[in-house]
Amino acid sequence: MAKESIVIIDYGSGNLRSAAKAFERVSADEGLDVDVLVSSKPEDVLKADRIILPGQGAFADCMKGLSGIDGMIDALEESVIEKARPFLGICIGMQLMATRGLEHGLTAGLNWIPGEVVPLRPENKELKIPHMGWNALHQPLTEPQDNRHFVLRNVDSSQDYYFVHSFVFECKDSFHILGMTDYGGLIPAIVGRDNMIGMQFHPEKSQKTGLRLIAEFMQWKP
Amino acid sequence: MLKTRIIPCLDVSEGRVVKGVNFVDLVDAGDPVEQAKVYNDQGADELCFLDITATSDNRDTILDVVSRTAEEVFMPLTVGGGVRGVDDIRNLLNAGADKIAINSAAVKNPEFVKEAANKCGNQCIVVAIDAKRSGDSWEVFTHGGREGSGIDVVEWAQRMAEYGAGEILLTSMDRDGTKKGFDLELTRKVADSVSVPVIASGGVGTLDHLVDGVKEGHASAVLAASIFHFGEYTIAQARQAMDEAGLAVRT
Repeated sequence: MAKESIVIIDYGSGNLRSAAKAFERVSADEGLDVDVLVSSKPEDVLKADRIILPGQGAFADCMKGLSGIDGMIDALEESVIEKARPFLGICIGMQLMATRGLEHGLTAGLNWIPGEVVPLRPENKELKIPHMGWNALHQPLTEPQDNRHFVLRNVDSSQDYYFVHSFVFECKDSFHILGMTDYGGLIPAIVGRDNMIGMQFHPEKSQKTGLRLIAEFMQWKP
Repeated sequence: MLKTRIIPCLDVSEGRVVKGVNFVDLVDAGDPVEQAKVYNDQGADELCFLDITATSDNRDTILDVVSRTAEEVFMPLTVGGGVRGVDDIRNLLNAGADKIAINSAAVKNPEFVKEAANKCGNQCIVVAIDAKRSGDSWEVFTHGGREGSGIDVVEWAQRMAEYGAGEILLTSMDRDGTKKGFDLELTRKVADSVSVPVIASGGVGTLDHLVDGVKEGHASAVLAASIFHFGEYTIAQARQAMDEAGLAVRT
């Protein structure tokens, strides 16, 4: 079997070196022997077996950065939608899967999962914005382990993940929400459908528990 | 539920840890990367490097420290000290830092915080405030606490949050190094007057002080250097003390 490859899309939204290191570490620890490439070239996205869309900053700026690369969105559509290759969106990369975002003006997203990215407004006004720090996942736990999403099958409520965000992905259809976290009420933390999954938190910054999710994603065969 | 963060801070000068502890098993106790790994293994929630290198023409050293750290530990890393412009921020982010603390440069030119937040995102801009009590209020100090600015700390914190700071790192100069605990009145005043998270810093001598910073100071996170550096307490002990006091912490 040919060596698997993962591409982390570089579209000018911050540092990807440590993210790449996290995937390399998991690959080594799990004995996966995967090539991890950070690239801004659509042809690399077309060639890769798995695709990671990271993201930092504001929705509008990130979407602008992504569509500013000639052919990138077409390459993403071809790889993720037509060829159904496993896709992971992280933080704003997860939010970009939405129909549209409201940060820095109304901006169209990739529209892979119907919904809007809206300001996080917890009912408890004492809660700080951004939602910053370690928080647990809830929803996957209501499912028996055998029925759970492959990537989430080992998640339990004692584990925390590192969040930092001021906007939240409001999914139109609740079945697209694969995991919730509690910040003055439950908010979507993981979304997905078919071959794609998006995480609002940063698995690459979440120490062992985060690397575990990356390992599951790298072995996921949707 | 969101957990209270415990953040060990390392003072780094010329790429070496200042006031570091001799943890057993450490090949090089003066290497910030080795120390970072210890804190990572102990389950610290974030790490903070404060570059106290006296000269500003030695930026490459801290960049090297940051990039070596980011290759070894997979947790949020805040870096501060000597940040003067957006290029400094970009370079540190590209080296692998997640958040950049700005102090004197913000006081010198408040618009810099706006520019930095717009270009790099609010989430990675931390405004560090060194506060010194003066009568019934507190004054912002710069240059490692040597120069007064005449600015009121609470007003400054509000303005910085409005300008796009994603977080405030609040250090009491009166308490720093005293081991008498955080200036709780200061911490609470600032934490209650801004919508962004406040990290309490300066004065931690016991684990109860960490608890007080959250319970009475209303801080979202607590930062300490020496109690962890000198091995007086581990991160795990800090977490246990906070857990026993009824605060939500990571397990």
